[in-house]
Amino acid sequence: MSHQHPRLREFKFTLYRIVRNPSAIIGFTLLLFFSGVALFAPQIAPPKYAYNPYMMPHKGYSPTPKPPSDSNIFGTTSGQYDIFYGAVWGTRTAFKIGLFVVGISGLVGVTLGAVSGYYGGIIDEILMRITDIMWSIPTLVLAMAIVVAFGRGLDKVMIALAMVQWRWYVRVIRSEILTLRDEDFVQAAKIMGVSDPKIILRHILPNAIYPVLIMASMDMGSMVITAAFMSFIGLGSPRGFSDWGQMVALARNYIVGPPDDPLRFWYTIVIPGGCIVLFVLAWNLIGDALRDAFDPKLRRR
Amino acid sequence: MLTYIIRRLLLLLFVLFGVSILIFGILMTFSPERRAAAYVTTPQQAKDIPRLIQQFGLDDPFYIQYFRWIKEVSRGNMGWSLVAARPVREAFWRYLPVTLEMNLFAAPIVIVFGIWLGTISGIHRDTYIDHVTRIFAIVGWSLPTFLFALVLLMVFYGYFHLFTPGVISDQVTMFILDNPEKFTRFTGMYTIDGILNGRLDITLDALGHLVLPVLTYVIVVVALNMRVMRSGIIEELSKDYIITARAKGADKRTIHIKHARRNALLPVVTVAGQLLAMSMEGSIAVEVVFTRQGIGWWLAESATQLDMPVLMCICLFMGVVFVVTNLTLDILYAYIDPRIRLT
Repeated sequence: MSHQHPRLREFKFTLYRIVRNPSAIIGFTLLLFFSGVALFAPQIAPPKYAYNPYMMPHKGYSPTPKPPSDSNIFGTTSGQYDIFYGAVWGTRTAFKIGLFVVGISGLVGVTLGAVSGYYGGIIDEILMRITDIMWSIPTLVLAMAIVVAFGRGLDKVMIALAMVQWRWYVRVIRSEILTLRDEDFVQAAKIMGVSDPKIILRHILPNAIYPVLIMASMDMGSMVITAAFMSFIGLGSPRGFSDWGQMVALARNYIVGPPDDPLRFWYTIVIPGGCIVLFVLAWNLIGDALRDAFDPKLRRR
Repeated sequence: MLTYIIRRLLLLLFVLFGVSILIFGILMTFSPERRAAAYVTTPQQAKDIPRLIQQFGLDDPFYIQYFRWIKEVSRGNMGWSLVAARPVREAFWRYLPVTLEMNLFAAPIVIVFGIWLGTISGIHRDTYIDHVTRIFAIVGWSLPTFLFALVLLMVFYGYFHLFTPGVISDQVTMFILDNPEKFTRFTGMYTIDGILNGRLDITLDALGHLVLPVLTYVIVVVALNMRVMRSGIIEELSKDYIITARAKGADKRTIHIKHARRNALLPVVTVAGQLLAMSMEGSIAVEVVFTRQGIGWWLAESATQLDMPVLMCICLFMGVVFVVTNLTLDILYAYIDPRIRLT
C-alpha cells in the first residue's frame, strides 16, 4: 500500500468516497441506464426512416394525442408521433447536446484559463476582460441572441451554448491555477528546466482539474435543460425530431384535457418531461458526489 | 477603498462598451438585405429594399453603423418592436413591471427560505434532515423551470381549476378598458395599483395569478442559495472561534445563530449575482408558460419572430443590470470583508 504512487493512492481514496455515497450510486445507475438506451436505440426502437433515424415515425396527422396502446406503448403525442420512439432516440440527442457543449466549452475554457492563469500579465488581462464582457449577459439570453443570428436548429443551439458556456471554465480553472502557480513543486519543476506546456499539463492541471470535472458533470444536465427550453419555444430542433424539449412543445396545447377528464393527456408531457428530469438528475447526483469527494474541506473527516 | 471603487467603475464602463459591441456584432451577422426586410410587409414592397439600405446606410462599415446606433440608444431611441407593435422603449416600460412584480414576491422567499434550509442542513450535517433537504435541493436543481411550470399548470389549473395563467383575469382587463378613469396605473403592477386605487379585489386577483409563477421560481432557484449556505455553515462550524465559544459554555442556539450563521452569510452575498442571472433566465421560462406579458415573454416572442431591436434592447438592459449589481455587491463585499480590498 505504501509503495503506491501518491496520485494513484489519492485516486483510490477518491473512488472509495464516491462509491460510498448513495447519491453517486443512484446517479451512476441512471446514467448507465441512459447510456444503454442511447447505445442500443436502433435495437430498442428500430427506425422507420433509415436515412433520418431521428425523425419520429407518425401515423396520420391528427392533432389529438392517443393513449398508450399495443402499437404505441407510450401513446402518441400531437401529430401522432410515437412517444416511445421519441423518448428512446431523444436519449441520443441529449447525450449529443451535453457532450458537444461541455466538450467544446470545457476544452476552450480550460485552455484559455490555464494560459491566462499561468502566464498572467497582459495575456491574462486581455482574456479576463473578454470573459468579463461575456459574463455580463445571462447564458440563456446570450445563447438565444446567437441562435437568432445564426438561424434556428438544434446544431445552432449547440454551437451557441458552447460559445457562451466556456466562460465558466475559464474562471474556475484560472482561480485554481493562480493558487497553484507559486507552489513549491511548480517552482521546483521550473528550476529543473521543465518546459511551460509540460508544467501546465503534467503538474498543474492534474491538481486543478477536479472543480472542472464537477462543473462539467453539472453542465451536462443544465445544458440539456437549456437546449430543451430553446426547442420548447421553437428555436431548436424541428417538429417531429426526437428531442425531449421538442416533444414537450408538441404536448403544450394538451396539458389540460377536456373538462370531464382534465388529466387525460398526461402521458404526452410526463414521459418526455420525466426523461429530461431523470437525465439531468443523474448528472447532478454525480456532480454532487464528486463535490463531496473532492472538497478538501470535507474530505478527511 | 476609494481607488478600489474608481478602478471598478472604470472597468464597468469598459465592460458596458464591450457588451454593446458584442450585441451589435451579433446583429451585424445579418446581411443588410435581411435587416432591411424587417421593415417590409408585402411582396410589392420588396423592391424598396435597396432603397431602404441606402436610406438607413445599412451597408456602411461596422464602426459607422455602431456609432449611429449608440447615438440613437443614448437618446433613448431603441427602435421599433414588431412583436409589441410599438416603439421598443414604450413597450419596455409596459412589460418591465410584470417581471419586476414577480421577482418582488419571489426574491424574499428565495432568500429567507434558502438561508433557513441551508442553516438547518449544515447544522444537522449527515443526519436525515440534511439528507432530505439535500435531495429536495438537488431535485429542485434538476427540474427544468418550463417543465415544472407546465406540470403545476396541469395539476392546479387543469385539475383543481385554481390559479389561471396570465397576469390578471379577463373581467378585470375588461373593466379597466371600459372605465379607464376608475383605475390609474401608478406602477404597472396590479397588486400595488389595486391597493393604491382602493380595489383590494384586483390585488387579490393579481396575487392569485402570481401564486404558481412564484412557486415555480422559488422551488427551482432556492437550491443554489441553500447549497452555498450549507457549505458555509459547515466550514464556519469547524473553525477555532466556535470551539472557543463552546468551551466558554455558550449554548448551541447562540453558536449557530449568532456566530456561525452570521459568518456563513458572507459567501451568500457572492452568489447573489449568480442568483440574479438565474432569476433572469427563470423569468423567461415562467413567463412563457404562464403567458405573463413581461420582459422574459417578450424576449422569447421576439427571438422566435426575429425581432432584433428587442433582443438587443433586452440584452443591453440585462447586461447593465447584471454589471451594476455585481459592482454593488463587490463593493459591499469589500466593505464587509476588509481582506478583499487589500489583495
